[in-house]
Amino acid sequence: MGCACQCGSGQKEDKFEFIDRVIERYKGQEGSMIPILHSIQQKLGYLPEDVQAYIAEKMEVPLSEIYGIVSFYTLFSTQPKGKHKISVCMGTACYVRGAGLILDELEKELGIRVGETTKDGSFTLEACRCLGACGLAPVLTVDGRVHGRLTVDEVDQVIAEYKDKE
Amino acid sequence: MEMVNITIDGQKLQVPEGITVLEAARTAGIKIPTLCYLKEINKIGACRVCLVEVERARGLQASCVYPVAEGIVVRTNTPAIREARKAVVELILSNHPMECLTCERNTNCELQALAKQFGITDIRFQGENTEFPKDTSSPAIVRNPDKCVLCRRCVSVCNQIQGVGVLGTTERGFKSIVAPPFEHLLSEVDCVYCGQCVNVCPVGALTEKDDTQLVWDAINDPDKYVVVQTAPAVRAALGEEFGYPVGTSVTGKMAAALRRLGFDKVFDTDFTADLTILEEGNELLARVKEGGKLPLITSCSPGWVKFCEHNYPEFLENLSTAKSPQQMFGALAKTYYAQKIGVDPAKIFSVSIMPCTAKKFERQRPELRDSGFADVDAVLTTRELAKMIKVAGMDFAALPEEKFDEPMGISTGAALLFGATGGVMEAALRTVYEVVTGKTLQDLDFVAVRGLEGVKEASVDLPPLGTVKVAVAHGLANARKLLNKVKAGEADYQFIEIMACPGGCVGGGGQPLVSGPERMALEKDYRALRAKAIYAEDAGMPLRKSHENPAVQALYEEYLVKPLGEKSHHLLHTHYTARPKYQILAPKE
Repeated sequence: MGCACQCGSGQKEDKFEFIDRVIERYKGQEGSMIPILHSIQQKLGYLPEDVQAYIAEKMEVPLSEIYGIVSFYTLFSTQPKGKHKISVCMGTACYVRGAGLILDELEKELGIRVGETTKDGSFTLEACRCLGACGLAPVLTVDGRVHGRLTVDEVDQVIAEYKDKE
Repeated sequence: MEMVNITIDGQKLQVPEGITVLEAARTAGIKIPTLCYLKEINKIGACRVCLVEVERARGLQASCVYPVAEGIVVRTNTPAIREARKAVVELILSNHPMECLTCERNTNCELQALAKQFGITDIRFQGENTEFPKDTSSPAIVRNPDKCVLCRRCVSVCNQIQGVGVLGTTERGFKSIVAPPFEHLLSEVDCVYCGQCVNVCPVGALTEKDDTQLVWDAINDPDKYVVVQTAPAVRAALGEEFGYPVGTSVTGKMAAALRRLGFDKVFDTDFTADLTILEEGNELLARVKEGGKLPLITSCSPGWVKFCEHNYPEFLENLSTAKSPQQMFGALAKTYYAQKIGVDPAKIFSVSIMPCTAKKFERQRPELRDSGFADVDAVLTTRELAKMIKVAGMDFAALPEEKFDEPMGISTGAALLFGATGGVMEAALRTVYEVVTGKTLQDLDFVAVRGLEGVKEASVDLPPLGTVKVAVAHGLANARKLLNKVKAGEADYQFIEIMACPGGCVGGGGQPLVSGPERMALEKDYRALRAKAIYAEDAGMPLRKSHENPAVQALYEEYLVKPLGEKSHHLLHTHYTARPKYQILAPKE
């Protein structure tokens, strides 16, 4: 069906056609790599290797350069993201009030490391820089919603709250 | 050129506008230390070793990227500068494996040299050290990221000079390393194994795969008949490992050293370089006369061949089917020569000494076994040969000048030229001219194809055939430019020479290392100096045209019959395979 990767799957055809469209939109513009990657990640959710390699071929830049950008910025991900995103603030105030212990507990409860996604695809765990809510330290956000003044014991309640939520 | 007045350490200087403080200081005899800086390759101010004080500028400045300007006052040697530079090196050392004694680069390491220069006797900063897996997956290059100082010289050479781009900087901060994308192994990506990254690495993070033990074992095996061939560029650089100035030919001493190492026969790749000219020259004429695929492109450089397979599969039919001189030699050593001396080819162990890391990959190509065995059993770089000579305890300078053995050590000046960019072209033109015109060539030097310009062109009148247009490129980014021109129909060459490495084989990835400071100190590009040695040796040769090589003539009479004949086709020619650039996009089988 004219699929760019010749894999025969209709879904992939859409993916690469979308990338073509994004690259076309930025054609001839200097410094467009980050906005291009951003647009593609917004649509696909993440930037796996085949997507990055395809962009590299289309834009005639080495894959190593694209991968360098993607791996440099925490905004970009090469892994699919979970339904809910937990971000634990590791800013100074949160850190001294035990954010590290909260993060350890989350890793234990979810059975994943920072940056990873649970097998069932429900949670992605991330560490982030200061959220500016130091008065509530230690703080974490789930899908942007703030949970403050947390203790290690409360971690499982937070998880439970989102577990079966769409 | 506009000049500006500046002051460095109290000296008033007039220097050209546009140069950096580092370069200006050199003209005043001030050697500012450097690590990440590499002349004409890397100028990014990353390592901060070259810090200086510029009056009215905030903080200390990296002199390698600080442009001179009218009236600036620079100081390069104050207590603050000395302390800052020392701290920079100490910080690098705080995350560096202290394995100097067992490191490949021991006594030859730019970081070690700085530590000594700055008088670092203990490391003030202690902390966590990064641990990354070593990549030994390729037959040519070993990556050891733990030793990497993130200077990015290799990244620059791989991307800008070679246009290959398999190395990049990944992640950030402490997790940052130089690696192929997705931390793939070198053997899994489109690396061409040119080894230019090894040539520019200041430390032991990138080295060639050491095969010296393989060769020692063969030499020590009484059942093995060990023959060795040496590429033309090796003799123009090997001396540097023993203290000779860059650009000294050490052909005779090299032959003597090889004999003393215990090789049964000391032969010369130049013999099969002459043979390559006869096969490839005739291939060119056949293609021109019979309307074959043109331009014909040379295939001696294994880095270039792999690059073509990954990046320009549409040009694979343009590649000469002639094997490289290394592989022709290997195939003949185990057939023609074995037969001639009555030795079982299974007992012959064929070693080649190359200025090249990609030759280690070439030797392992499954299609290059036409003798019924691997045509070449081991490939050593110029650097590895130097290591063997050193471990054997030879006083290189005191060695006599000896000759290569017959018959596969007999060669002409034309073959020597293979070592420099434009050399295969020049050698081919010397022969093709005489074959086509039937006249004796008066002026043997085709100067238009010599020198370090990235892409060179020439037209040669070959009556009655007509005018032949040729081009030469060295360094794969230059090759890319040239091929894109041909692809776009903007050029109509009949014959193209491409060498993967800048300068050709004299600048090969297996040649003696020339450090950052040495590159700045030499009055000329080190590749130009090595090429000069080659041209001088050619000029002094009694025979300077490949078709006049008596040993090659005898080879045709006794064995091959004629160029492009049936035996040649079987033993001396090969084919190429398109390879994906990115494995993940390759069509699934």
